[in-house]
Amino acid sequence: MTTATDILPDAIAEAPLIVAAYPMPLLRVDGVSKKFGAFTAVDGLSLDIQAGEFFALLGPSGCGKTTLLRMLAGFETPDAGKILLDGEDIAAVLPHQRPVNMMFQNYALFPHLSVRDNIAFGLKRAALPKPEIAARVAEMVALVKLGGLEKRKPDQLSGGQKQRVALARALARRPQLLLLDEPLAALDKKLREETQAELMELQRRLGTTFVIVTHDQDEAMTMADRIGVMKDGRLEQVATPRQLYEAPASRWIAGFVGDINLIEGEVTLQDAHRLTVAAAGAGMLTVAEPKAPLPSRAICLAIRPEKIRLSRRAPTSAGGLNSIEGVVTEVGYLGGLSVYKVQLDHGATLRVALANTNRLDVDAYGVGQKVVAWFAPDDCVVLPR
Amino acid sequence: MRLSRFNIAALAFGLAFLYLPIVVLVIYSFNASKLVTVWGGWSTRWYTEFFNDRAMLDAAWMSARVGLVSATAATLLGTLAAVALTRGARFRGRTLMSGMLYAPLVMPEVITGLSLLLLFVALDAERGFWTVTIAHTSLTMCFVAVVVQSRLAGLDRSLEEAAMDLGCDPARAFVAVTLPLIWPAMAAGWMLAFTLSLDDLVIASFTTGPGSATLPIRIYSEVRLGVKPEINAICTLIIGFIAVLIVGASLASKLSSSRGDSAAPL
Repeated sequence: MTTATDILPDAIAEAPLIVAAYPMPLLRVDGVSKKFGAFTAVDGLSLDIQAGEFFALLGPSGCGKTTLLRMLAGFETPDAGKILLDGEDIAAVLPHQRPVNMMFQNYALFPHLSVRDNIAFGLKRAALPKPEIAARVAEMVALVKLGGLEKRKPDQLSGGQKQRVALARALARRPQLLLLDEPLAALDKKLREETQAELMELQRRLGTTFVIVTHDQDEAMTMADRIGVMKDGRLEQVATPRQLYEAPASRWIAGFVGDINLIEGEVTLQDAHRLTVAAAGAGMLTVAEPKAPLPSRAICLAIRPEKIRLSRRAPTSAGGLNSIEGVVTEVGYLGGLSVYKVQLDHGATLRVALANTNRLDVDAYGVGQKVVAWFAPDDCVVLPR
Repeated sequence: MRLSRFNIAALAFGLAFLYLPIVVLVIYSFNASKLVTVWGGWSTRWYTEFFNDRAMLDAAWMSARVGLVSATAATLLGTLAAVALTRGARFRGRTLMSGMLYAPLVMPEVITGLSLLLLFVALDAERGFWTVTIAHTSLTMCFVAVVVQSRLAGLDRSLEEAAMDLGCDPARAFVAVTLPLIWPAMAAGWMLAFTLSLDDLVIASFTTGPGSATLPIRIYSEVRLGVKPEINAICTLIIGFIAVLIVGASLASKLSSSRGDSAAPL
């Protein structure tokens, strides 16, 4: 795994990394593996999560993220490796003895108990005195804004309200670590966006460490301090949302997170922190040299659609910019953005996203329009092929 | 949708086929005449007769005791079996085990009765209340297991996990979360088991001993000497009692399935 800082331009690398601030992580996953029969769900995975962090595990379905979360909760026991919480190995500790709580994907509210009793459930098991339980339940109800619904049963609640009860129930025991399994997947889009903001606010206020599992990139990007992207039971990259997007560590990550143009090429010249690349179907391009030495001359260029501009003529101040001629073959209007497919004269196809800043659309490029696509050398990521 | 004339006729015929004999029996239980086949006006004398018939009351009391004890034991055992089969880890031979649990449902009662008789004889057990109770427990526990298992299968597994996550060990999670959600199914299973035990003639006659006849055995031996109108009265009482239990069982299972999610057991 290449760490993000190796290949980052300075401006992005300076974004504060929480890792540096704390010497001992709250949670250390050390070489953990888990197999189900012949299928390896988690494969020798190591990860540090700091106290107070909002960490997201992102990945396609079947990548092992839920299995990892269930091992943190204690519902699965790792076949190998250690899980250290505050320096103590909890890999073999049963779920009810861990200072960890989980919010379940389908909420798993107890249907026979009222909202109040659901929230109080974990507190009663902890044998807290009654007034203390009542006080904590009241605190939780206020925290997740459920006032007036305490006596309702789960089937009398809306999806959003259930989600809040589940959150309150999981937080009531004041866990060191809160695990959230796709907490917003069951909510509709608008409610999901509101709830994202509320979750972040709550996490900041309580200072509890959150580990969230999601397959929704936008959710992970919006909420998390750091994101661990998983593939086939391994972590492909652990980075801040910005690093992940602007400096993907591999071709797979570049393709998985957001939209991107990938062009293969051959380095022909290396000079003054600039590479000259013979790109397949895009001519000769100048790009910034990555910090990490490249293993070979065969590389892959990755450039985000919104980093490319279009114009009808080559930009006048073309000094150092890459400009490639082509024809618009497809236009997708998405409201805030339009996505253009540009067939380059050299053969490759580029996707270009432009913000629709002008309501009357005077500058839009139609299908068949000859254009020049251009971008700065720093806006292109160089990845080993 | 309205029923067509043909459907109404078919329904009436079907129901008549099922219930006409019972209706005749109920009506004749109120017959004042001593002769079963001759109508002699309305009377409740055969009910009074029954409540003064010592031997018949003893048999009824025996049946009630066997039913209560065996239904309770069957509910406990059947629930445990259902829990093991739905909640236990996927062990080898699980399908076989589950099939073996259900096989007695379709086993001819004569075979069940005979095999139990042979077992009791081999063990040199004195035949009477306890042998009948044990036999009925083994007959009815698979019915309870079916009812409870279908309820358990419909329950979300993560409910128990949530309870464990919130500080319950597995046993407490079962008591605090699973049990409250499956008790209506258990109640339905209990009522079913009780009804089955009360009904059973074949297995009871194989496994009972002298002096401990259940109600069906007693009725059967009376009828062999000729049908007395008193029998009609007893049967009417049994029908009423069982009807109440069946309605109770289906209400309980309806309650069970309305709590939480799917899977109505009955």
